[in-house]
Amino acid sequence: MRPFLTAAWLIARKDLTVEVRSREIVATTVFFAVSCTLVFAFSLVQEGRTVVDAAAGLLWIAIAFSGTLALGRTFERERFNDTLRALMLAPSDRPAIYVGKLLGILAMLLAVELVLVPLVGLLFQAPLLAHPGLIGALVLLGTLGFCAVGTLFAAMLVRTRSRDVLLPVVLYPLTIPVIIAGVRGTVAVLASPPDLAMAQFWIGLLASFDAVFILLALWTFEPVMTE
Amino acid sequence: MASTPNLQLPTPDTRGPTATGGTARLGVGVWALGIAIGALLFVMTPRMIALAPYESTMGLVQKIFYYHAPSGITMFLSAFVAGIAGLLYIFKRQPRYDRMCLAASELTVLFGAMVLITGPLWARKAWGVWWDWDARLTSSLLLWMMFVACLLVRRYGGPGGERLGAAIAAFGMVNVPFVYVSVNIWRTLHPKTTVVPSLAPGMRGVFWICTLGFVVLYTLLLTTRARLERQRAMAEDLHLALEERSTQS
Amino acid sequence: MDFDRISFTNVSRYFERRRALSHVTLECAGGEIVGLLGHNGAGKSTLLSIAATLLRPSAGEIRYGTAAFDDAGPDVRRRIGVLGHETQLYGELTATENLRFFASLYGMNRIEDRVALALSRAELSRRAHDAVSGFSRGMRQRLALERALLHEPRLLLLDEPFTGLDHHASLAMADRLASLAAEGRIVLLATHDLDLAERVVTRAAILRDGRLAAIHNDPRSLRARYLDAQIGTG
Repeated sequence: MRPFLTAAWLIARKDLTVEVRSREIVATTVFFAVSCTLVFAFSLVQEGRTVVDAAAGLLWIAIAFSGTLALGRTFERERFNDTLRALMLAPSDRPAIYVGKLLGILAMLLAVELVLVPLVGLLFQAPLLAHPGLIGALVLLGTLGFCAVGTLFAAMLVRTRSRDVLLPVVLYPLTIPVIIAGVRGTVAVLASPPDLAMAQFWIGLLASFDAVFILLALWTFEPVMTE
Repeated sequence: MASTPNLQLPTPDTRGPTATGGTARLGVGVWALGIAIGALLFVMTPRMIALAPYESTMGLVQKIFYYHAPSGITMFLSAFVAGIAGLLYIFKRQPRYDRMCLAASELTVLFGAMVLITGPLWARKAWGVWWDWDARLTSSLLLWMMFVACLLVRRYGGPGGERLGAAIAAFGMVNVPFVYVSVNIWRTLHPKTTVVPSLAPGMRGVFWICTLGFVVLYTLLLTTRARLERQRAMAEDLHLALEERSTQS
Repeated sequence: MDFDRISFTNVSRYFERRRALSHVTLECAGGEIVGLLGHNGAGKSTLLSIAATLLRPSAGEIRYGTAAFDDAGPDVRRRIGVLGHETQLYGELTATENLRFFASLYGMNRIEDRVALALSRAELSRRAHDAVSGFSRGMRQRLALERALLHEPRLLLLDEPFTGLDHHASLAMADRLASLAAEGRIVLLATHDLDLAERVVTRAAILRDGRLAAIHNDPRSLRARYLDAQIGTG
C-alpha cells in the first residue's frame, strides 16, 4: 500500500511542479472559465436580472468545459515527450499513475474553481458563498467525480486519433449524473430558504458516484492501458 | 516460385482474431426454433394487440405502448450485455467478447432509438407535447447517448478503439443506476401523471408476450451480428495468410 | 529478481491487417550487444516495445530468464531500462529534478549520489539546475540514457540511440554501451546506422517485413550482409 501511495504522490507532485513552473493549464483554464461565464451572462441576463437557477447550471457547465480542457492538456503534455510510457515502465503499480494524475488534475481544477465560484456568484447575484461548507462539498465531490471518469478516458485516448473531439464525446454522457447532482444540489443551497436535506442527498449521491467510479477505474486502468 | 501458392486456411493462432471458445455456427435446430418463435410472435402479437382491450382514456394510441415498453426493457438488457462483454474483453482479451460487446452496443443504440421515437409519438398524442423530460424517457436518452458515444469511438478512434468502446460500455452499464436515480429525483420535484398506468388484466398477457418477442428478436440479432464480425475476422486472417505466403515465396 | 537472458520464441504481433512481427525467435544473453537492423516498418520498434512489456505479443513466448511474459510484473520492469525515440523527459523540470523523480519512482536509495553520478556521466553537471527544454538534442539524449540507467537495469533496450548525435557523441555512446555490456548487461539496440552498428554490436539480427531474415554472429561487413538479407539471397 505504501509504495502505491508514494508513487501516486510522486506523480501528483511532479505534475504540480510542472504546472507551477509553466502556469499554463491553470492560467488558460481560468481565462476560459471566465470567458465562458461571460458568454452565458450575455445570453441569459435580461434587464440586469437572471433567469432563476441559471447560476447553478452555468457554474457546472463551466466546470465541465474547463475540466475537459484541463484533462486534455495534462495528457497532451505526457504524450509530447512520451513520458506516459516512462511512467508505465516504472515498477510501481500502474493504477498509482491513475491516482497521481487524478490528484494533480483535481488540484488544478480546484484552483480554477476558487476563481470561478465567486465570479459566478457575483455576476448572477447568487449567494454561493453563503453556505461555503455545502457548496464546497458539492464542488469538491462533483469535480472529483468528473475527473475520476475523465482521467481514465483521457489516458486511454492519449494514443488515439481524433482524441481532442473524442474526449468530450465520451466524457459528457458518462458524467451526466455528476452534473445533475451538482446542479440540483447547488439549486437546493441557493433556494430561499435553503433546502438542506436535498443538498445533503445530492452530496451523498456524488460521494457514492465517486466511490464506485474510482474503484472501477482503478480496477480497469492497467488492462486498458496495456496494448 | 513458379507454382501458385497452395492456400490453406492458416492454423489459428491461440491469440489470433478468430480464436474463440465458441462456434461460429449455431446449430440448425436453434436457428429453426428462433425463426419459428420469431414468426409466431410477429403473427401472433399483432393479432393480440389488435384484440387487446382499449385503454380507457387514451384509446387506440395507448397500443404503441406494446412496442415502447418492451423496446425499453430490451435496451436496458442490451446495455447490460454490452457492459459485461466489455469488462470480459478488458480482462480476458478474447476477441469473441469484443465482438459481443460491439454487437450489443449497436443493438442498444437501435432499441434505444425505437424507445426515443415511440415515446414522443405517444406523448404527443397523450399529453400534447413531444418531449417533457419524463424521467424514464430522459434516462433512456442518456443511456442511448452513452452508447452512441461508444460507437463513435469505435468508428473514429483508430486502432485500439475496441478497448475504448469496451470501457465506455462498462462504464455506461455501471452508470445506469446513477442516471436513473438522479433523473428520477430531479423529476419528482415536478410531479406529473404516471407514464405507464398499471396494466389492466387483459393487457398484461399481451405485454409480456410482446416483451418475450422482443427479447427473442434481440437474441437473434445479437448472435447474427456477432457472427458477422467473426466472419470478418476470419477474412482478415485469410488476407494475412495470403500476404505471408506471397512474401515468403 | 534477476535474469541473465531474454528469449523470444515464435513471437508475432499484428495490428488489424498488418503483421508487424512474424515468428521471431531470438535469444540475447548478458554481455551481448545485439543489433536489430532493418528498414522502417520492419518491426524493430515493435520488438523492443514487446521486450519492454509495453506491448503484448499476439502469439509466441517471451522469457526473462525463467520468468514468462505474463508473470512479468514490477519486478521485471525494475530490471529493464529503455531509451526510446522520444526522450521521456519533462521539459519544464531541471535535469536534476528529472533524475530525482525517476530515481524516487524506482524506489532507489542514495538518490542524491546516484543523481550526481548520472549527471557527471552525462557531462551535464554544470547544467544540473537548468530546465531540460533548453537542452540540445545531444544533451537530452545523454540525459535520457543516464535516466534509463539510473536503476542499473539488467536489460537495456535502445531505439535508434544514435539519431541526432554528432560523431563524437555517437562514439562516446558506443563506448558506453560496450562497457555496459562488459558489466554483464543485456543490450538490445535498434538502429539504421550500419557503420556504427558494425562498430558496437556483437551480434546482428536483421528484420524484414516483421520476419527475422538473418542473424549474424560476426558483425563485420554488415553492410554487404544486410543488403543480402534485404534482397533475400542471404
